[in-house]
Amino acid sequence: MIEILDEPLSPSRCLEAVRRPGSGGVVTFVGAVRDESGGKRVRFLEYEAYEPMAVTKLRQIVAEASARWPVNAMAIQHRVGRLEIGEDAVVIAVSCPHRGDAFDACEYAINRLKEIVPIWKKEYGEHGEVWVEGPTLEPSSHAPAQD
Amino acid sequence: MQIRVLLFAALRELVGQGRLDLDVPAGATVGDVFDLLESNEPRLRDLRASTSFAVNREVVAASTELHGDDEIAFLQPVSGGS
Repeated sequence: MIEILDEPLSPSRCLEAVRRPGSGGVVTFVGAVRDESGGKRVRFLEYEAYEPMAVTKLRQIVAEASARWPVNAMAIQHRVGRLEIGEDAVVIAVSCPHRGDAFDACEYAINRLKEIVPIWKKEYGEHGEVWVEGPTLEPSSHAPAQD
Repeated sequence: MQIRVLLFAALRELVGQGRLDLDVPAGATVGDVFDLLESNEPRLRDLRASTSFAVNREVVAASTELHGDDEIAFLQPVSGGS
């Protein structure tokens, strides 16, 4: 399940979407809007996505994680539009036979999301508004070499 | 040939719209299209070094040649997640 939504996310729906009889470990990560950034007060955020490409890249992340760990299922939701402090911006749920793999696959997925998915965040704070700049997208940003 | 260029975030705000339909010469590269936009909006020059080029939803080199009906997007450094 991959979704870009302009309404509140549902961690419980992601969790239920990945439960399998063979999954002994289900990990859910929720990324929420923090009230400060680099020591400056944040009032609210706005997220914008290049949706069709974002969905393609999120599917790529699921495929990458599934190639590395015995992933039974993965669900990812990302919010767009205006988000208030404390609201959920991203949810990732992963199920695996055992918890260790589920933790690792979930952490991999959020790290890759921040690296290759075309989504942008604008911070509105006391000092004005600024587009946050993370990694620059590289051509054919395929999975990094396995450890 | 007709192409469509999509702009997001800082680039969209700078150009003032998120979608441009352009007529470019056959054989034009995705980098040429950025040059074309930059000639109309010189402030784009400052953002060129940090811009990635996507053609049909894959990130490509600036030297990539375009074909009619290609979907082109200029992408600033990303900041998804919380």
